[in-house]
Formats: sequence, C-alpha cells, structure tokens
Amino acid sequence: MKIEVNGENKDVTATTVAEALDALGWGEARVATALNGTFVPKGARGTTALSDGDKLEVLTAMQGG
Amino acid sequence: MRDFYGVTLDNPLMLGTAQYPSPAVLEDAFRRSKASVATVSLRREGGEGQAFRDLIDRLGVHVLPNTAGCYSAREAITTAQMAREYFETDWIKLEVIGHGDTLQPDPFALVEATEALCADGFKVFPYCTDDQIIAERLIDAGCKVLMPWGAPIGSGIGLANPYALRTMRAAFPDVAMVVDAGLGLPSHAAEAMELGYDAILLNTAVAQADDPAAMAEGFALAARAGQLAANAGPMPVRDMAAPSTPVIGKAWL
Repeated sequence: MKIEVNGENKDVTATTVAEALDALGWGEARVATALNGTFVPKGARGTTALSDGDKLEVLTAMQGG
Repeated sequence: MRDFYGVTLDNPLMLGTAQYPSPAVLEDAFRRSKASVATVSLRREGGEGQAFRDLIDRLGVHVLPNTAGCYSAREAITTAQMAREYFETDWIKLEVIGHGDTLQPDPFALVEATEALCADGFKVFPYCTDDQIIAERLIDAGCKVLMPWGAPIGSGIGLANPYALRTMRAAFPDVAMVVDAGLGLPSHAAEAMELGYDAILLNTAVAQADDPAAMAEGFALAARAGQLAANAGPMPVRDMAAPSTPVIGKAWL
C-alpha cells in the first residue's frame, strides 16, 4: 500500500504504524509519531492500522527557540 | 518567589538551541551563561535527532519543548502530545502563530489550544502578546506562567511596548512571567527583569552573535542585574533634581 512518510511517498507492506517504523529502519529509534495529524503514542503503534493514502509523521529532537 | 509550575530556577535565563554555528558553540553558550532552561523542538527524523538529544541531556538543564511553526490549535496540540512523550516532560512552550511576517501569536487559537492542553495535564508556557485580556483567558484556562513577547521573534528590537509589559506585570502579581522573543542586547534583558519579570527567553541574539558564548554570558549577567534591582526596590523617578549630599551643615563661604 502507498503511504506518505514525512512528506515522501512510500510503498509499504506494513499494516500497522509499528511495522512501518520497523520497515523504515526506525524500529529502535527514539521518535514520536502521528498519523493523519493525530498523535499515536508509542504503546499504540502496534495496534494502529494503516490505510492506503495515510500520512505518517515520524519526529525527533531538533534545535528550537 | 514565583516559580514555574513548582520549579524554582537558579538563573532567570532561558535559552534557545537553534541557529548556533556548531553544537560545540551551543554547549559553550549554555555552560558559560549557566542558562537554566533550553528550548527545543520536534522535526522530521533525518538521522541527527539522537545526537542532539544526547547534547541536551549533557547540558543538565530543564527542557522546554516548543510548538514552533504551528498555525492551528490542532497542529499545536498534536505537536505538544508528541513532545511530551519524546522529551518526557509535561512542560510545553505553546506557540500558535497567526501571521508569517510578524510571527505574532494567534490569540484565539492559543487560548483554544491552551484549554485543551491544560485539561490534558500539560504545564503550558504560552507565547502570547502583551494583551492583558488574553492573559486573563490563558490564566483562566489553567496557565501558571505567561510569556508575553518583547518584540517579534528574531527582530532584536527589545521591549517594543514597555508600558504594556509593566501593566501586565502589575495585573498578575502571582503569575510567573517571562519576556519571550525580540531581545537583541543584554540591556533589553536587564530592562525586562527590572520590570519585575521572572525570566527572559531568547535565542537569536545569542546564537547569531559573533561570539555566542560571550553574548550568552552578557545576557545572563544583565538578567541577574535586573533581577537584583527589581528585588531591591528601585527609587521613584522624579522630574526635578534632589541633592544627594546633605544641605544642612554646609559652610557659609
């Protein structure tokens, strides 16, 4: 299925947010996630299903003012 | 002494972490100024997040994540939720921007986001304008800290409206207040603290200085000087001179 990850189109076989993170190499990374603008807590990634066209945001610490 | 959701700060300087020439210079600026709080953000994972996170941990300061760049309450709320999990803190510097030219907060969306986040247990540090009525709404929503702007972010203007900041300080004597944004020189920091503010928050003036660490120290010293002055009780201002040397006892010559 096709989803958008951090603004880029990706073709994934993953069915959940957790599987998508694994497939993208972020399985062990310290990140925060949101799906279609809604926060997905770490504990809910394994049960949050993906659908075609979903927009996944994977964020990390960055400099800020 | 007013605290920040139960936390007393050793140093009234809150410092941003963006725009430094290098991570080493950033670290030096924090060490030399002894800033007590570091603002940080969340951005799309590009592979550098962990190194930055390690640097922040090394600083040993309070971490204040922001919602910079958010233009709606919904965006800001989601960003705050992600920041709380990532940085393991319920502190959030809530920015909901209303206009790209001035980066002025959108007061209506700010109040909306504040209500939702306070109800969800966040300790909100709202980046707000110097409008007293908006401040009342934010306090009603649950804020124990207010962060009115000195001037637009990154402008270096200083305190654009000292009158508004002075009256706001007087209106909310029990609320911890921070002048956030627009400071360009240490004298601006001293002026804010002399008004009775509890802290200052800045980034660009330090990060973009030729010598960021020296400028950070300058801001820290000025903030401390202003704080001492405010606590010491400044003399009243008068229009006419008043001799300081005693007149009684002066010789008739």
